[in-house]
Amino acid sequence: MLAQQLVNGVLLGATYALFALGFTLMFGVLRVINLTYGFTFSAGAFIALALTRQVGLNIALALPLAALGSGLIAVLLDSLLLPRLRRRPSAELDSLMVTLGAVLALYSLMTAWLGPDIRRFPPGTISATAIELAGVRVTAAQGLILAASLLLVGLLMALMTTTKLGLAIRAVAEKPDAAGLMGINTPRIAHLVSLLSGALGGAGGVLIGLNFNAIQPYMGESMMLRGFVVIIVGGMGDMRGALIAGLALGIIEVLTAGYIDSSLKEMVAFAILVAVLWTRPQGLFGRAVGQRA
Amino acid sequence: MKRRHLGLLAAALIAAPAFAQAQTVPVGAIEILSGPAAAYGIAIKAGMELALDEINQKGVLGGQKIALTVEDSAGNKDQAINAARKLIGRDKVVAIIGPTLSNEMFAVGPVTNERKIPTLGTSTTATGITDIGPYIFRTSLPESDVIPVTLAKAMTRGVKTIALMYANDDAFSKSGFDVMKAAAEKAGLNIVTIDSFGSKDTDFSAQLTKIKGLKPDAVGISALVEPVSGVLLQARQLGFGKETLFIGGNGSNSPKLGAIAGAAADGLIVGSPWFIGKTTDGNPAFVEAFRAKYKVDPDQFAAQAYDAMKIMAIAIDKAGAADPEKIATSLGKVQFSGVMGPFAFTDHRDPATAAGVVVLTMQDGKFTILQ
Repeated sequence: MLAQQLVNGVLLGATYALFALGFTLMFGVLRVINLTYGFTFSAGAFIALALTRQVGLNIALALPLAALGSGLIAVLLDSLLLPRLRRRPSAELDSLMVTLGAVLALYSLMTAWLGPDIRRFPPGTISATAIELAGVRVTAAQGLILAASLLLVGLLMALMTTTKLGLAIRAVAEKPDAAGLMGINTPRIAHLVSLLSGALGGAGGVLIGLNFNAIQPYMGESMMLRGFVVIIVGGMGDMRGALIAGLALGIIEVLTAGYIDSSLKEMVAFAILVAVLWTRPQGLFGRAVGQRA
Repeated sequence: MKRRHLGLLAAALIAAPAFAQAQTVPVGAIEILSGPAAAYGIAIKAGMELALDEINQKGVLGGQKIALTVEDSAGNKDQAINAARKLIGRDKVVAIIGPTLSNEMFAVGPVTNERKIPTLGTSTTATGITDIGPYIFRTSLPESDVIPVTLAKAMTRGVKTIALMYANDDAFSKSGFDVMKAAAEKAGLNIVTIDSFGSKDTDFSAQLTKIKGLKPDAVGISALVEPVSGVLLQARQLGFGKETLFIGGNGSNSPKLGAIAGAAADGLIVGSPWFIGKTTDGNPAFVEAFRAKYKVDPDQFAAQAYDAMKIMAIAIDKAGAADPEKIATSLGKVQFSGVMGPFAFTDHRDPATAAGVVVLTMQDGKFTILQ
């Protein structure tokens, strides 16, 4: 039973990490807390749902299209909401307020349009067969989420450290003005980062929707709270930190529910957040600004 | 000439109620006919009017017809109280059916009780409704009468141990859980564990893995239909099979369960005061007549209202006069068998029997009666 609980924890943690990746990327580079990120998560799931249900596309095709769609939504939202704020001295606080208002408006709009009902991908979208090994069961959707989280973290880190584009992104993250003077097109990099982070959010929405079968306009909102814990504990803007913190949070929640009391699992998660903020405000894995990517 | 017509019209208007008064028995109803919860009130009104068609063919009190006036409360307590005052003061009703919601009854009940007008709730399930006073009755079965029937059915299938799960952030789910736990203890079931979750949670793997390790015969879930669907889907992922019987509370009694959970919900059982596919107690004829009149399927609220209207008609007939005091006395003594099953009131004016409760099971995304 412990083995199954640990696997449950890792799989749940992978969903948190997957959700937090794009969020932390946006924060690390653009220096804004963008809560509309949660909306790209819901949007991704709904786009993929429409593509598989109405158009009848295969999920392997619907997933990248949904990711692209939510990436474009993120770019649009950012260019509408954020450029004015970025130049202000307290950009982080201002962006928190503005995007909080915007995201709540977007969720209600989506609910008014599509209704509050829970939907799911058509049964059979992804194989429901489970692999059983030594009493531990993992389904295809769960395996896919774990693989996708690890792969995306790896790809993002490779992009940041080995490519010229990654170097430009890191330069913008560290000193946007100096990067501009060196000939880097900073607004274009900002758009690219929005696109990337929105696409990550959308892909997360599709994968998590596939696993839990609970697609609903506010699904991004309930994920946002966990997402916050993960990026704060992992260090804001730190992708490897987000992966580790996401997995740790999942395992802790599952072990609390499995062995102590299921009504305490949120309490434990948020107590950790408070403890981390008290002792290490830069996050457990936080490194100096500029080395975060 | 115009004036003369108006005069005639006015004379007709004044004469009509007086003429009608002698021939009909005025009964009022207060239901939600507009706003977000209008579906309940509209179903109830439809059920009552269908019953009235049958009642008025013969009439009551030696051929008098019942004249039903339905007022809209819009789900608003103040509007419901005003409706009651209007029905009693202007329409001089001898009895009132409704209102729709328990909290409306808590507002209206004290008013009608003080005016000594017998008031019959058809859809009010909260505890304490009939404590309002001696003129307040109800025909709707509370959850605490339905769950024991479901558990008894489960026990005939060899269930001895049960794990309980509930959503701990929702009043409806929590009170359903309290009822389920008390009923399981009373039935002598061994409760192996109690686990909770949040209504908006999507991951239940930790709780379910723990439960799977304890190998209970059954898992009872008290939550709204969305989290129940999530629990079932994940239970199947974790390898729960036919050896575990899933038992739902009132929240699971929704066609949405099949739509969200699909095949994962197969085999779940849930108790219900009424079911459209019930083949006893004249139910098929009711369903057919309802479909013919309204072109839609009746729901539980329409069925409850259909029976309640008939119960009220019997009470008026047996009272021997269109007098509220006499009707209140005879209402408490009504013995009836309707589409909901056999019916009588307790001394406290609540339903006396849960014999009409049917246990349903999910099969291929649809509920059927468990034989």
